[in-house]
Amino acid sequence: MASEGSPQTDGGIRLQGLTKTFSSPQGPIHAVRGIDLSIAAGETAALLGPNGAGKSTTIDMMLGLAKPDGGTVSVFGRPPREAVNAGLVGAMLQTGQLIRDLSVRELVAMMAGLYPDPMDVNEALELTGLKKIAGQRTQKLSGGQTQRVRFAVAIVCNPDLLILDEPTVAMDVEGRREFWTIMREFASRGKTVLFATHYLEEADANADRAILMAHGRIVADGPTTEIKARVGRRTLRATLASVDPAMLAELPGVVSADRHGDAVILSCSDSDQTIRALLELYPQAKDIEIVGAGLEAAFLELTGEPDVDEPAVTVP
Amino acid sequence: MSGLVYTRYEMLRTFRNRRFWFFSLGFPLIFFWLIASPQHNKIIKGTGLTYAAYYMVSLASFGTMMSMISTGARIAGERQVGWTRQLRISPLSVRAYFRAKVLTGYTMAVLSLILLYISGALLGVHLPAKHWLAMTGLIVVGLLPFAALGVLLGHLVNTDAVGPMMGGLVSILAFLSGTWFPITSGFLHSFGQFLPSWWLVQARNVALNGQGWDARGWITVAAWTAILAAGAAWAYRRDTGKV
Repeated sequence: MASEGSPQTDGGIRLQGLTKTFSSPQGPIHAVRGIDLSIAAGETAALLGPNGAGKSTTIDMMLGLAKPDGGTVSVFGRPPREAVNAGLVGAMLQTGQLIRDLSVRELVAMMAGLYPDPMDVNEALELTGLKKIAGQRTQKLSGGQTQRVRFAVAIVCNPDLLILDEPTVAMDVEGRREFWTIMREFASRGKTVLFATHYLEEADANADRAILMAHGRIVADGPTTEIKARVGRRTLRATLASVDPAMLAELPGVVSADRHGDAVILSCSDSDQTIRALLELYPQAKDIEIVGAGLEAAFLELTGEPDVDEPAVTVP
Repeated sequence: MSGLVYTRYEMLRTFRNRRFWFFSLGFPLIFFWLIASPQHNKIIKGTGLTYAAYYMVSLASFGTMMSMISTGARIAGERQVGWTRQLRISPLSVRAYFRAKVLTGYTMAVLSLILLYISGALLGVHLPAKHWLAMTGLIVVGLLPFAALGVLLGHLVNTDAVGPMMGGLVSILAFLSGTWFPITSGFLHSFGQFLPSWWLVQARNVALNGQGWDARGWITVAAWTAILAAGAAWAYRRDTGKV
């Protein structure tokens, strides 16, 4: 990561005090509640969060598709619309299919034709592995092929910033693997990449940095390894009477310990170490259960109590 | 200029669309030959025009109207698959986007027109060159309201509804504007003159006496163009504002 105040930072992406509220019949929805974020040029960052965290709204504002209610967005020192017009930004939006009656090559060429300094169409097709199906009509592609064409459309302008909003949602395992290989290949050309995902593993494998969002705010931001350690916790439950939770908290790999009657609940950063130590010291422990926290639970932990800003649901 | 490449592919897509071939080209041509060929040189009572001349312009109006408002089907289709959003994060300006759509509509309309002119000429419609040109000019101007209507429908109606809506609308307008039989008096005659399609069909009078529209025709077409263009701008803003 570029250090604070380096000239590189000015060349990156900067969000300041960003807010966005939508109105709905149930009252206002505070989709984004104040985001400050800098992404340095050349960085690959993952925007991680459950549904409704505000990821897509944030991305829409970075692309100039939505107007912030408050705050500013700067993309390489320019407002989003200007950066887009200069061909600096390519994006794969969350939803979307392709228009019909064109071949893959024609569609990519059509998009290339809109930009001042696009990539060679053949190169884009080559990079995304679409050479073989370049002549096929867009309405005859599989879900995974469609996503790859959308990826080609996003990169054919040869952008400095690539934004991907949950790009692998419709893909099978193999498709995902291929997709991320292509993405990393493109990112390695010195590109700045921001992708949104639900999956911690995707962030871990493909980004240098993870930015966690929940309830329209950033709740954690750091190197993926660090974030993984924070949200990658497991919970160990066991029936173990008459042992002080404070003693259990001393066990290796335990972050916190709690007791509910005869049951103890240990939050573990390394549940493997914990279980070994537990059984050695307290062989009487039974009904042992270890569960991954899951992102949703991890987010809840990070965000603390249910959000106080959330309008209370009242039935009239 | 970026809009050019976009327009080229937009036309290519439209050419590959079977519905376009049927409604804008096939349907008017088939009906022209069915109705006009048996008695092409006979004069239709009350009009002074031969069957061939009358139905050549009538069906050209139908085909060109269809070509223009089918822009709506293309826009609705692009909206449905989220393509309009993809284009909004490209440098293509809104102006260039609509220019491409309308230009494509006009290209298709001119193609439909040429095919009907050729058919008409084959069935004995002979006009001085300046009359062919004057007639074409009136039709091109008369299609302006329909260019705007296409954009309006495309942003207002979803894909499922846009096809039947276009078909229904063009059929009703064609009927009320004297496409299928002459409307020379009565309520339909007074009412029809308020429709933009009426004046499109009236372009046929050039074939009779070289006369174009009177002031009323120009005002009607201009008013509809203004109203529908304002409507199209409203529908576009409403559509993209909600994101």
